Amino acid sequence: MTAVTPGAATATELELVQKGAFDFDWNEAIRKGAIVALTLAFIALSGMPVGLDDRSLIEPILSMGYVALLWVPFVLGWLSGNETVLEGMAATKRGLRDVVRGDVIGFVGGLGLSLLVILLNAFDLRDPLVNWSPQLIELLQFDRGQGFGIVAWPIIGGVLGAAGAGLHLVSPRLRKAILSAVITVLLVAIFETFIVDVIDFLDDLLYEKQGGLKLVAAIVIAVVAFIASYAGAGRAVGQVRSNYHQATGAAKKSQTITFIAIAAIALIVTPMITGKITQELLANIGIFLLLALGLNIVVGLAGILDLGYVAFFAVGGYTTAVLTSPNRGEDWPEWFPIMPWWGALLVTIVVAALVGLFIGAPVIRMRGDYLAIVTLGFGEIIRILFLSDWLNGYFNGAQGITNVPAADFGFAQVKGTDPRSVFYLVLVFAVISIYVSWRLERSRLGRAWMAIREDESVAEAMGINTVNMKLMAFVVGAVLASFSGAIFAAKVGSIFPTSFLILVSIIILVVVIVGGMGNIIGVIVGAAVLIGVLGGPKQPGLLAEFSEYKLLIYGALLVVMMLQRPEGLVPNARRSRELHQDEFLQDAWLKGEVDTDDDDEPGTEVQGALA
Amino acid sequence: MSHLLEIDNLSVTFGGLHALKELNFHVDEGEIVGVIGPNGAGKTTFFNMISGMVTPTSGDIRFEGESLLGLDPNQVTQRGIARTFQNVRLFANMTILENVMVSQHCRTKQGVWGSLLNTAGFRREEAEIREHAEKVLGFFGSRLVGYRLEQTASVLSYANRRRLEIARAMATKPRLILLDEPVAGMNPKESAELTELIGKLRTEWGFTIVLIEHDMNVVRDVSDRVVCLDHGETLAQGSFEEVSSNPDVIEAYLGRPLEKQS
Repeated sequence: MTAVTPGAATATELELVQKGAFDFDWNEAIRKGAIVALTLAFIALSGMPVGLDDRSLIEPILSMGYVALLWVPFVLGWLSGNETVLEGMAATKRGLRDVVRGDVIGFVGGLGLSLLVILLNAFDLRDPLVNWSPQLIELLQFDRGQGFGIVAWPIIGGVLGAAGAGLHLVSPRLRKAILSAVITVLLVAIFETFIVDVIDFLDDLLYEKQGGLKLVAAIVIAVVAFIASYAGAGRAVGQVRSNYHQATGAAKKSQTITFIAIAAIALIVTPMITGKITQELLANIGIFLLLALGLNIVVGLAGILDLGYVAFFAVGGYTTAVLTSPNRGEDWPEWFPIMPWWGALLVTIVVAALVGLFIGAPVIRMRGDYLAIVTLGFGEIIRILFLSDWLNGYFNGAQGITNVPAADFGFAQVKGTDPRSVFYLVLVFAVISIYVSWRLERSRLGRAWMAIREDESVAEAMGINTVNMKLMAFVVGAVLASFSGAIFAAKVGSIFPTSFLILVSIIILVVVIVGGMGNIIGVIVGAAVLIGVLGGPKQPGLLAEFSEYKLLIYGALLVVMMLQRPEGLVPNARRSRELHQDEFLQDAWLKGEVDTDDDDEPGTEVQGALA
Repeated sequence: MSHLLEIDNLSVTFGGLHALKELNFHVDEGEIVGVIGPNGAGKTTFFNMISGMVTPTSGDIRFEGESLLGLDPNQVTQRGIARTFQNVRLFANMTILENVMVSQHCRTKQGVWGSLLNTAGFRREEAEIREHAEKVLGFFGSRLVGYRLEQTASVLSYANRRRLEIARAMATKPRLILLDEPVAGMNPKESAELTELIGKLRTEWGFTIVLIEHDMNVVRDVSDRVVCLDHGETLAQGSFEEVSSNPDVIEAYLGRPLEKQS
């Protein structure tokens, strides 16, 4: 008998272990439940649910306030089902067990809110906790009395936790379809203002007058998204992507060019067809993108942690304002010119470079933490100088410089009331900045910066003048920031010291870190996601309702990123290797890329690989 | 006749510790000098001082007749002295090619404008840098070239990291190379091969070499002259045979013999 029985081939595969429905780590489940409970209580007391309750998502059943709470048990329920599957080890069969575990987690989490309802009713802690309010009680009780709230939350939590965990039971394809249905509905509801701004007629079709999706519309969108995803709309995108990654040489180049061309056309056309809100949003993203690109050279390439980057933004803004506005301080001498914006820009670039040298020279000899603290100080010093009485005659102190005229290019006027023109101007400078970053990264200077980032003493021993190189990075960063400042002055039409708080530095740094340090695409994505969705320090983003909680979300996002994906959303290959050195080396070892010293004839292994 | 590198009465103290005491030393063009000595003898301090990372307390260092005192490490490299490190210090996340390209920094001059405008001069210089880098890497056989060029230095084996360190020093186009324990951690076969390469560094590339080494086979095979340091002082100088049979040197390494044993 030579025939192999069909069963023999599969016998080598490990069978899944079937476990009972209640056979899981209860301690772990209850611990996760407690995490849900604490998170829910924290969110409730942060004031987010009450603050966002007015914003209806799906009229009349769901408001954004409730979504701020409901996602927690669902997500943790899903996460609880994640198991590490080890090769060669038997995995546990998915089943009722997962659902029960998710249910327990959600239930315990819900109990947390029930407890909060009881406490809210029994005590008045409004003094230390401002959000300990009757509105929160009403919201948590669904306006139906204490008893209803206490009973409802564990049930809601349990159902959501079970639903989250239950996603593990269905096939990946179905799971994707369900998730895309839910997410699409939420996105369409959340981005109502934006969508209406882009496509006017959808307003009456989808949304209620007072805001929020119509229930019918929500169901239709969910069904469409479900079918589209199930039928495989996502796979086409995946196909293009894998094609791109596999392509080499000329093919890859032509694909890259096509991609850039499509992106360029999209960027040029989008503001023409959208309303002012979107144009304003794009302009703000662009202004912060310019800053982030500059900081990316300083931090991402040269490894100089500059926490006072806003100083150069301020210098750019103020220089342009002083050179263009008739309302500048009174102490400027008569002969000091008032010039058109583009002329002022040239002066601004020179001034920013000089200020970069001036601040950089004392700072740059320091390393690491010391340098970060000193730059933090200089960032504030610059702002306080503009605010000071001493220079009041030049910069008008807290009144700031008003009446900064529009940037006049003859064929177009760039001013704040016309966000589209601002966007195009920003786009031009973003292209310049991206080009500068891209060229420098691949040059002798870029390599020297990288070497300094890797090991400064060795870089110096290898003949790199580290002081000069670091200063140069500082100056290039300062010049890129001054572009942004100059456009900002023309856009806003007035410049105040409060526009340049330390917060701006931090937000730009977060953009760079979250996007992916040292990677231009990453920085673009970071700016689009953070500034576009959440908003800048003072500029509203897509989620205008969240502006009050912006810093909270920024902070939470930063913590999650540092824990889960320290290399950023779109990582630089080099940097992600740095952070995952062990895994990377292990991979390389498995692929046989790590060389061992035992090659008998030097180079045989290499020649083999080349052949 | 003036020497390539000349060190006069040089002392370095760290607090109360005399790392080097009134050291006199010289290297002539084309020589290979071995520096030996027990741990803590001041050998690496000696290198750090020549390469400008440590400032001597007194004395003078002259290279090609000019004093090196007060120069930063990068200026010393610019003058033509390159070094490797005892505890391999590569730019681990840069590719092998980049590691060697970046160390040509002080021999090249294209700045911001060249790279932004992609001028002819910039492209020519980049091509030259790359060509020189590949030539230097090619010196070590096919180990560091081919598909390896684009790999990061972190994937290299220990021996290859040492080779890359030497390549990096060679790429700075020096006259004098200071090798700090070049064969540490290599097996005998690799040591022998590297010893041969060190010889070729002189004959083929014209470098003058000072090397610190604990492996006496290497020191014997490659050095024209050996200097033994202990407690920051010169114990002996001369040919390997002379130094290795010097009773002071033997004592420094092995300790004093027990009371008159027959």
